[in-house]
Amino acid sequence: MYRILKKKVLTKDVKLFGIEASHITFNAKAGNFVVVIVDEKGERIPLTIYDWDKEKGIVYIIFQEIGTSTKKLGMLEEGDEVFAIAGPFGKHFESKKYGNIVMIGGGVGVPAIFPIARELRKQENKIISITGFRNKDLIILKDEMESVSDNLIIATNDGSYGIKGLVTDVMQDLINKGDKIDLVIAIGPVIMMKAVSELTKKYGIKTIVSLNALMLDATGMCGICRVNVGGQVKFSCVDGPDFDGHLVDFDQLMSRLAAYKEEEKISLDHFCNLNSGIEKSIKGNKNG
Amino acid sequence: MDNNAKNKKSRLHMREQEPAERIKNFNEVPFGYNEEEAKLEAARCLQCKNPTCIQGCPVNINIKKFIKHIADGDFSGAINTIREDNSLPAVCGRVCPQEEQCEKACVLFKVKNPINIGGLERFAADWEAEHINIEVAMKEKIKDKNNNPVKVAIIGSGPAGLTVAGDLAKMGYSPTIFEALHIPGGVLTYGIPEFRLPKKIVAREVEYLKKLGVEFQFNSVIGKSYTMNDLFNLGYKAIFIGVGAGTPLFLNIPGENLTGVFSANEFLTRINAMKAYLFPEYDTPVRLGNYVAVIGGGNVAMDAARSAKRLKNVKDVYIIYRRSEEEMPARIEEVKRAKEENIIFKLLSNPVEIIGNEKGAVKAIKCIKMQLGEPDDSGRRRPIPVPGSEFIIDVDTVILALGTKANRLLTSDVKNLKLNKWGYIEANPETGETSIPGVFAGGDITTGSATVIAAMGAGRKAAKAIDKYLKSIL
Repeated sequence: MYRILKKKVLTKDVKLFGIEASHITFNAKAGNFVVVIVDEKGERIPLTIYDWDKEKGIVYIIFQEIGTSTKKLGMLEEGDEVFAIAGPFGKHFESKKYGNIVMIGGGVGVPAIFPIARELRKQENKIISITGFRNKDLIILKDEMESVSDNLIIATNDGSYGIKGLVTDVMQDLINKGDKIDLVIAIGPVIMMKAVSELTKKYGIKTIVSLNALMLDATGMCGICRVNVGGQVKFSCVDGPDFDGHLVDFDQLMSRLAAYKEEEKISLDHFCNLNSGIEKSIKGNKNG
Repeated sequence: MDNNAKNKKSRLHMREQEPAERIKNFNEVPFGYNEEEAKLEAARCLQCKNPTCIQGCPVNINIKKFIKHIADGDFSGAINTIREDNSLPAVCGRVCPQEEQCEKACVLFKVKNPINIGGLERFAADWEAEHINIEVAMKEKIKDKNNNPVKVAIIGSGPAGLTVAGDLAKMGYSPTIFEALHIPGGVLTYGIPEFRLPKKIVAREVEYLKKLGVEFQFNSVIGKSYTMNDLFNLGYKAIFIGVGAGTPLFLNIPGENLTGVFSANEFLTRINAMKAYLFPEYDTPVRLGNYVAVIGGGNVAMDAARSAKRLKNVKDVYIIYRRSEEEMPARIEEVKRAKEENIIFKLLSNPVEIIGNEKGAVKAIKCIKMQLGEPDDSGRRRPIPVPGSEFIIDVDTVILALGTKANRLLTSDVKNLKLNKWGYIEANPETGETSIPGVFAGGDITTGSATVIAAMGAGRKAAKAIDKYLKSIL
C-alpha cells in the first residue's frame, strides 16, 4: 500500500496526486511512466510521471477521471492509500542539445511534456511550448509550463483563452513565420499527435510522440501495447513510449485503443450502481 | 498383497469435476485423493530394490520412501520426505509432467499402469496444509563483520525465486524478493489457470516463506526501479535472477495487430492475475468473441483454450497446431481434458493470415494444411505446407500460444552479463553462476521455457552455490 500525501484538484475531473513511493523516485527520469492499481480488484492504470522528489520519495501524477479506475482513484483523499504503484517504466527521454524545440501538449498530455521540457531546457535548448485545451476552464499547469518554457502559447478550441484554435493551428503559424525548428515533441490525444505528425512531416521537422497504448503488465510480457512503427511491431511499454511520429501507424493505434470501449461502459455502469447503492445505504443509515 | 497382485490392480482414478459442469467454472478439475484412496494407490507401489522413479525426478525426491509412508498411513512422514528435496510439493504434484519424468521411470509404466506419483505428492502436500499448522522457528540470522544481516536480492517471485528465497532463509540469510507485478508467484500466478493450480496454494507457499523471514518487495522492476548495481550499493551481497522467459512470440503474419488478437500471456494474465473472468466485479475486462482460435500445441495453448471455453459468451474454441497430436508438447492429460471440454482440434494446420473487418477487428483466420516431412533439429517431424490447401475458419478472437523468448528488460542494461545467442543468461547449470561474481541465475531466463520443477531444481542448486559464495566473501 502506498500513501497519498498530496491531492490537488486542477479542474473538475483532473487531479494531481503525490504518492509515497521511493522505489519509483529512486531512478525516475523524464518520460517514464508508472502503473497504478487503486484497490485489490483494480486494473493496472499506466500514468506518466509528472514530477518527483527523490529525497522525500514522492512521485507526482496527474490524471483525468474517465473510466471506473480513474474515477475510483479520484475519490481517494490525502492520507488514503493506493493498492499498488509500479515502475518507473518505459525508456526515458534522452535529453541533449537539439536547438529550438516546440513542445506540444494537449489536455492531460501537458503533464507529460512538463518534465521533458524541464530537462531539455537544462541542456540549453530554446523551448517554445504550445498547450491546447477545449476551453478556459480546462487549462492546467500554466505557471509550471511557463517556468520551463522560453515562450508558452495556450490555445483553446472555443477561444475562451489564448489563441482560438487547435495546437496544430499554432504550430502552422510558427512554421509560417519561418522560425527554425529542430525538434517537435507532441503528447496528447492520439488524434492530436497524428495531426501534428502529419503537419511536421510535410516540412521535414523531426517529431517525437509518446504513445498511450493499452497496457497490462508494462514489462514487455503481454504485448497488448504493440504498435506499428515504420512497418515494425514495437511494444510501447518497453520499446517506447516515445516514437518517431512520422513512422507511427496512428489509425491502428486508435482502433486498438477502442478495443474495450464497451467494457469500459459496462464497468462504469457497474461502478455507478454500486456507488449509488452505497450512497443510498449511507443516507438510509443517517435517516435511521 | 504380493507384487503380482499389486501389478494387476490398476491405477486408481482421481475423482474430478465432470466436463459439462467444469466448463462453467474456474474451480480445480481433479478433487485429489482422500486418505483411503491415497493409501490404496500407494499400496500398489512395488517398492523396487532399484527405484528408477527417483532418477526420473529432476530433483530426486525419495519417491519410494514417501509412497511407503502413505501406504502405512504416515502422512506427515510422507510430506517430510518430499520436503527434503522439493519446496513446492503442492504445486509440483499438480503441474509437473510426471508422465515424462517419475511416472515414465516407474517399472509399472511398461504395463501402462504407473503409480500416480503426482497424485500422491499432491495428496501429501494437501494433507499437510489441512492438518499441520506449520510452526516456523525463524532461524537466527547470519551477520556480517559489521553485525548486519546478510541480504540477498532475488529478482522474480516465480518457482525459481521462491525456492532460492526459502532455502537461503532456512540457512539464516536475509533474502528479499523483488517482484515486478503486484502479486507473488510469477507464472504460477499469472500463467497457470486456477482450474489447474488454485491460487490459494501459491499463497500458502508465499505465507510459509514470509514466516521464514523472506521479504517481498512488489511493484519493483529490477533494471528500472533499481539496477543490479543499485542492489549491490544498497547492501545486497548476492543477486539471484529468476525472471522467467517472458516475452511472447508472434507469428509475423498479416492481421496480427487487429483487435481480438491476444498473446496467451496477455489473455492468461487478464484471467489469472487480474481475475477478468469476474469482470465487472473486478475492474480488468477480457474481451473474447464467440469463436476463439488458439494457435499452438503446448500446455499454455491448452490453458488458454480451456480458459476461453469457461467464459460465458464463448461458444467454440479451436486449437490450431501445425503438427499432429503426437508431436504436441502439451501434457497428454491436458490434451485429454481439452478434448473432454469439446475444444476442437485443427491439427496439421498453420495460420497464414488473420482477416479483419472494417473496424480493425478479427473476423476469420486463414490457415494452410501441413504434412509432416523429415525430423528437424527438435527430433520432431518438420511440418511442410500443402500447396493450395488454404482454408478459412470464422473466428472473432485469436490467441497466440507460440512460446516465449527472453525478456531483455533486465538483461539489456547490465554490462558484463553474458547472454547466449537467444538472449538467455549463460549460467552454470550446476551452480547458477553467471559471468558476474555474486550474480546467479536459474529457471527459464537461463534455459528458455521449461518446467516448474526444472526452475525449482535450479533454484535449489543456486541457493547452495550462493551460500558457498557468501561464506567466501564474508
